[in-house]
Amino acid sequence: MNAPATRVEYNRRNKIPAAKFALWVACASITMMFAALTSSYIVRRAAGNWLEFPLPKVFLISTIDIVLSSVALHLAYRAFKNGREQAYKILLSVALILGFAFLLLQYQGWMALQNMGVMMTTNPSGSFVYVISGVHAAHILGGIAAILVAVLHAFVLPFRVTEQRKLRFELTLTYWHFVDFLWVYLFFFFITQS
Amino acid sequence: MATSTLSNQATYDEDVLIQELGYDDHFHEHHHGDKFQSNFITTYIFSQDHKMIAKQFLITGMFWAIIGSLMSLVFRLQLGFPEESLLWLKPFLGKWIVVSNGIGSLSQEFYYALVTMHGTILVFFVLTAGLSGTFSNLLIPLQVGARDMASPMLNMFSYWFFFLAGVVMFLSLFLSTGPFSGGWTAYPPLSILPQASSGSGAGMTLWALSLVLFVVSVLLGGINYITTVLNLRTKGMTMWRLPLTIWAFFVTAIIGLLSFPVLVSAFLLVIFDRSFGTSFFLSEIFIGGQALENVGGSPVLYQHLFWFLGHPEVYIIILPAMGLVSEVLAVQSRKPIFGYKAMVFSILAIAFLSFIVWAHHMFMSGVNPFISNFFVIFTLIIAVPSAVKVFNWISTLYKGNIRFNGASLFAIGFVSMFISGGLTGIFLGNSAIDIQLHDTYFVVAHFHIVMGVAAFFGMFAGIYHWFPKMYSRFMNETMAKIHFWGTMIGAYAIFWPMHYTGMAGVPRRYYAFDTFETFRHFAELNQFITVAAIITFFFQVLFVVNFFYSIWYGKKMTTKNPWGATTLEWTTPIHAGHGNWEGNIPAVQRWPYDYGKHGREFISQVEPMAEGERDGGH
Ligand code: HEM
Ligand SMILES: [Cu+2]
Repeated sequence: MNAPATRVEYNRRNKIPAAKFALWVACASITMMFAALTSSYIVRRAAGNWLEFPLPKVFLISTIDIVLSSVALHLAYRAFKNGREQAYKILLSVALILGFAFLLLQYQGWMALQNMGVMMTTNPSGSFVYVISGVHAAHILGGIAAILVAVLHAFVLPFRVTEQRKLRFELTLTYWHFVDFLWVYLFFFFITQS
Repeated sequence: MATSTLSNQATYDEDVLIQELGYDDHFHEHHHGDKFQSNFITTYIFSQDHKMIAKQFLITGMFWAIIGSLMSLVFRLQLGFPEESLLWLKPFLGKWIVVSNGIGSLSQEFYYALVTMHGTILVFFVLTAGLSGTFSNLLIPLQVGARDMASPMLNMFSYWFFFLAGVVMFLSLFLSTGPFSGGWTAYPPLSILPQASSGSGAGMTLWALSLVLFVVSVLLGGINYITTVLNLRTKGMTMWRLPLTIWAFFVTAIIGLLSFPVLVSAFLLVIFDRSFGTSFFLSEIFIGGQALENVGGSPVLYQHLFWFLGHPEVYIIILPAMGLVSEVLAVQSRKPIFGYKAMVFSILAIAFLSFIVWAHHMFMSGVNPFISNFFVIFTLIIAVPSAVKVFNWISTLYKGNIRFNGASLFAIGFVSMFISGGLTGIFLGNSAIDIQLHDTYFVVAHFHIVMGVAAFFGMFAGIYHWFPKMYSRFMNETMAKIHFWGTMIGAYAIFWPMHYTGMAGVPRRYYAFDTFETFRHFAELNQFITVAAIITFFFQVLFVVNFFYSIWYGKKMTTKNPWGATTLEWTTPIHAGHGNWEGNIPAVQRWPYDYGKHGREFISQVEPMAEGERDGGH
């Protein structure tokens, strides 16, 4: 955020910065959206006329991938805080690559569904998987954009550990952990339901 | 202005207090002049000053209120005078006035479009954005003692997303097929199948787009309100020293952030059903004898999702009004609010309960009657915190030194409306009685009184009370009183009779009743309602005239704190610039309701406590 935002920060006495708090509130909001989608799934499933199908294996790989990406980003943050520039840069890039890989894997997953004959319109059971994972992928895209900016910063700006940059990194990290955890939840939701 | 009975021998000068005890945030050292308000565009259009954004929300909301009310007059003409010719409306409505044998009548499609637009506009644009957008923006930074919102920029975006939502909705009014016509609740299949009705095609597409933009606006605003209240309170401003306005806006924002995303999910699934051939909400449907491809969807699922937002939404509308009323009643009756903590806890209780009662809108949708029982119980429990609030407002007024002016009259009117409408809610909350009453004019009467009129009253109270803070002038009191009595009597005249027609089973959302033998004897009552609506509308015109006249020609404010209020917004200069306070930010020393304490008429929140004095509210 630009000047006015930081300007009012002078008034802040609380430990947690406003931007971080705002991000948590936003995450709560996103959670509600997915809670709505998954509870719709449950309600609709209970109503019958529901095509059962196994979730393609690719989604397991993508789940592992996204967890690793989270770990990499977390380690990158640690490295950044401790001033280990090389490790920071490498780990950050790894997190980004794993993020892209996740999207690719999700795409593979959708293809696998199609090959099984589960199209978007075949039955609500399939439609839900497409829509929920699709909306989730859109949120991942936002996270990737944030990491992309972080990578740019890492490689363009001179390495310095400032409060401002630490905060920015923490925001990226929080969001990324959030969307990753969200997928893990969705993955377990899907496999326990089908 | 303030005619006081008790003399207010202030022992301190507030400005001196703020300088001595206040909080120096080095605000003014950093900005010589204000580069954020350097020219016309940054001051009036893309402003990041919360006070200007508040005015933008208010005036945009007023614009929509006028449009939405005019729409209701048109369909009321149809309901009250189905036989009269509406030919004279042809120049405005064009092809929507159908002419046969020289007699013009409102087209049936357009009737539904008008009802739908009226509901959508009033619920979302006027009573959500216009009410909580205006007053959250104006009062949160001023009353918690902050220079501005946590993120003035997101705040600006919040307004402009609202503005865009309005533009899209406005454009949809001019579609050749008309705007969306499936009701403000947008139930499928009317909202999904383009062939279902004339407004279900392009009209619905624009409606959905507009509402998605609107939700973005609400979320950006809400994130800001919550963060500001929690993070930017000034020194000494503990949660238990927040004015009830702030508590109300804060909880409203939380409800909004938790419920609007659910609406987004519902819309998302609707959009997939509309455009990508899924069948989340569409079951086996025949249109014109042709079976659709969709199978197995559940329209009731949509209702669950919609009302999971829909019911909290009505509290998003009423809670800010409650907050404004609490504050106005305390200030204008020169008494501390009765039961401050009980007020806060009942706001919290209402907020919590509002999430677990949604199915009371669906008793007649085929929901399992056993499950309905739970919703009956929780619904009726809401009456408890609601009654606590009503009791406290009345106790606040009791033996008060009430100044009867525009602000206090509307606040008292609010309490009256909330009681009348709340009581009918208890009827509706019984699933058995609801069999008769569901989707009748009884429901229309219920929610217009408890939500529509009451929230408007809260808004009027707020506008009359804080107008001096917004424009440094007063609104005309004579016009305000005429406005109040006209609206009070008018609103009851419009909605009271609807209880009777509703109990007799007259269904809502019908184009005409003159073909029903059973309802024929209500024809005159319907005329009465329509006439009352038209007259009441003209009292609102008076308000609008008063508002704009007073912006430029109203009586000038000569002192900073004309009402003799304790809260921080009245410690800012008469013409407050960006940053609100000229020097330090005030530090808060006490709760906001010290009226009539120690023989003093009021004690400002910035005044330190005397030796051994106990802070109120605890
Ligand atoms: C004591 C508290 C209340 C109870 C028990 C209650 C109960 C109900 C019930 C059961 C219905 C559904 C009626 C039907 O469709 O058959 C209903 C409708 C409605 N209520 Fe309330 N209500 C209460 C307070 C409120 C408040 C405070 C508001 C708004 C500020 C409100 C706004 C509405 C609206 C907008 C509808 C109709 C929505 C529609 O179908 O278009 N109610 N109420
Ligand atoms: Cu409700």
